[in-house]
Amino acid sequence: MKMNTFAMAALAGVMASGPALAELVIPDLSYRTGPYAANGTPFSDGYQDYLSLLNARDGGIGGEPIRVAECETAYNTEKGVECYESTKGDNALVYQPLSTGITYQLIPKATADMIPMHTLGYGRTSAAAGETFPWVFNYPATYWDAASVAVNYLLSENGDDLSGKTIALIYHNSAYGKEPIRTLEKLSEKHGFKLTQLPVDPPGQEQKSQWLQIRRERPDYVIMWGWGVQNQVAIQEAANVGYPMDQFIGNWWAGAEPDVLPAGMAADGYKALNMNRIQDYPVLDEIQAQVIDAGNGAGDGSNIGQVLYIRGMYAAMLTAESIAKAQELAGTSAVNAAQVRDGMEALEITNARMAELGMEGIGPEFSVSCQNHSGSGEGLVQQWNATDKVWVPLTDFITPDKSVIDPLIAEDAAAYAAENGITPGCL
Amino acid sequence: MSAEFLYGVEVIINGLMAGVLYALVALGFVLIFKASGIFNYAQGVMALFAALTLVGIMEGQVPFSHIINATFGTDVHNFGWTVPALLAIALTLVVMIIFAWMVHTFVFKHLVGQEPIILFMATIGLAYFLEGIGDLMWGSDIKTLDIGIPQGGSMWVENLSKHLGGEDFYGFFIDKLDIVATIVAIVLVAGLIVFAQYTKQGRAMRAVADDHQAALSVGISLNFIWVLVWSLAGMVALVAGVMWGAKSGVQFSLSLIALKALPVLMLGGFTSIPGAIVGGLIIGVGEKLFEYMIGPMVGGATENWFAYVLALLFLVFRPQGLFGERIIERV
Repeated sequence: MKMNTFAMAALAGVMASGPALAELVIPDLSYRTGPYAANGTPFSDGYQDYLSLLNARDGGIGGEPIRVAECETAYNTEKGVECYESTKGDNALVYQPLSTGITYQLIPKATADMIPMHTLGYGRTSAAAGETFPWVFNYPATYWDAASVAVNYLLSENGDDLSGKTIALIYHNSAYGKEPIRTLEKLSEKHGFKLTQLPVDPPGQEQKSQWLQIRRERPDYVIMWGWGVQNQVAIQEAANVGYPMDQFIGNWWAGAEPDVLPAGMAADGYKALNMNRIQDYPVLDEIQAQVIDAGNGAGDGSNIGQVLYIRGMYAAMLTAESIAKAQELAGTSAVNAAQVRDGMEALEITNARMAELGMEGIGPEFSVSCQNHSGSGEGLVQQWNATDKVWVPLTDFITPDKSVIDPLIAEDAAAYAAENGITPGCL
Repeated sequence: MSAEFLYGVEVIINGLMAGVLYALVALGFVLIFKASGIFNYAQGVMALFAALTLVGIMEGQVPFSHIINATFGTDVHNFGWTVPALLAIALTLVVMIIFAWMVHTFVFKHLVGQEPIILFMATIGLAYFLEGIGDLMWGSDIKTLDIGIPQGGSMWVENLSKHLGGEDFYGFFIDKLDIVATIVAIVLVAGLIVFAQYTKQGRAMRAVADDHQAALSVGISLNFIWVLVWSLAGMVALVAGVMWGAKSGVQFSLSLIALKALPVLMLGGFTSIPGAIVGGLIIGVGEKLFEYMIGPMVGGATENWFAYVLALLFLVFRPQGLFGERIIERV
């Protein structure tokens, strides 16, 4: 009798917790704890709040409600893979791992499971080659685009001539930090600048050696590929050794408020790339009114408008647009993961559409195709104003040097295809 | 003198300064291990928790505000006042003493007589618990720690030493924060030595460290001594948290500074306060010099692993560390 009651209760529980048939399940592999929580939290808040806004305002996407399945990774690759394994059976439609390490582990898994992955401006750059990586998308830009955008910006600052200049790359000594090296080496050959490489072992609490070297060698520019505490320490150390902040440029994962605030006024003038423009978008007011004030925010609302919050929101918008495109292509609102992949590959983001969504000019216009999963690759340069505590855009979106990047992507993708026995082609 | 040589000297000076910061973390481990035989895995998290508490008190932050707001539908984050640094430090010390009492009363009192590995595992649990409580109390955002410690290169030292080399030498760089950390470390170690040598409680602490059964037999309260030792470790954790937190802001990666203390402990010995200091200095100088001289040949980023290699080399010749108690086993 006891067993029967227990079995019935368990069955009822399973039935109650099972997914509704037409729910759009979007996992969020977040990190709100651990050493990288300060970066992971605002991104995840922005990602979830935008999806909550769609639920509150539009009843979801195409009339189908969205359910976010959040799983804490603590920016730990093993935990990230566990999160993927524990959520994929929930009819997951698309993954956003927010970690290059996790992305590398998930590429073969997601490909085998036929679930698309969106790695917004991070992850494996050669995943831009959609014929080799049909289930991975890294639009609107890749790390190699970022490296090229930084160099193009410096070219524009120096009358299109960097010959004889020295650029130091200070990077997170990990798969993520090493990504731009190949591109920067090619660009240094092309433009005649000297590239110095300075790896920092993660997490990056101690960087004295690297900054003493920068002080000794006095490179003309320092480019940083950092994440988490590495960024805060680097900016403080740069200020300590008197390195000019306006010659110090972080990539787009080293240019958010948590990176500069601890250094206070010393961070004034620090520059960073961004793949999305920071401004007061009308959609933020809608999120405030319909999500935060309604008590449905993923966080307490204090991150609204910050760089990583807006980037999370931008990522969610691109996901939502892909799902809408998938619904349009499939002729049904209850799309599955394979159909969402098709929607991602047919995605087109225009200025008109961004304006319609209340985020005019947030990113560049781009379209995705089977051959190109990385979008336009454009990025802008912004500068920190420590007095007003705001990021000020210095440029419009800058186009990367595709003549250098595309052959590198083709070469790396071909090597991956050969290693894994993949015959490239469109699905 | 050649600029190359002078830059080498600069690396050594900065290595010594970095070593002091490592030693500050290692000291907390030594205090607890010496008195109770517990390798406290939570020492790094204690530094984080202490620094979080200090900033929270200084800024008048309401602890557990996220839970309070979520439960009661309120919107409270701040008491609306700020607390001066010195008072906030004193209040943080009180919090760390309460923490020490709780750790002893609720955890280690019930584990007396257990194997060292059990006690070690308890400290692992304690580390995760404390990290979680810190997050719930004060939030996971990065906090700026400003208690007036100067930062940046000392222009006085730079200008004074500029003429030592040629055009290529820019003068010695010494971070003012590192100078402050060194002074604080000297005062702290001197204070601990005076406390251990010249106070009744300090002598009792040493007696317990030497032989806790014998100490118990002459009426020394083990409960009191262990709370005292955990409180001292909490105080050392606060100092380490403040020094490291001033560099990077107070954030959860502070808990990882414990990794920097491990090679220092292996080298200096787990039971010696001077060992922690000397070990820290050797590791600091060793890793910085290796990075300066050999790093460029092997692609850099040698500091983390070289510290352990250096410690292992010492272990081959002195398994108990430089200043550790000699291991004697009679069979």
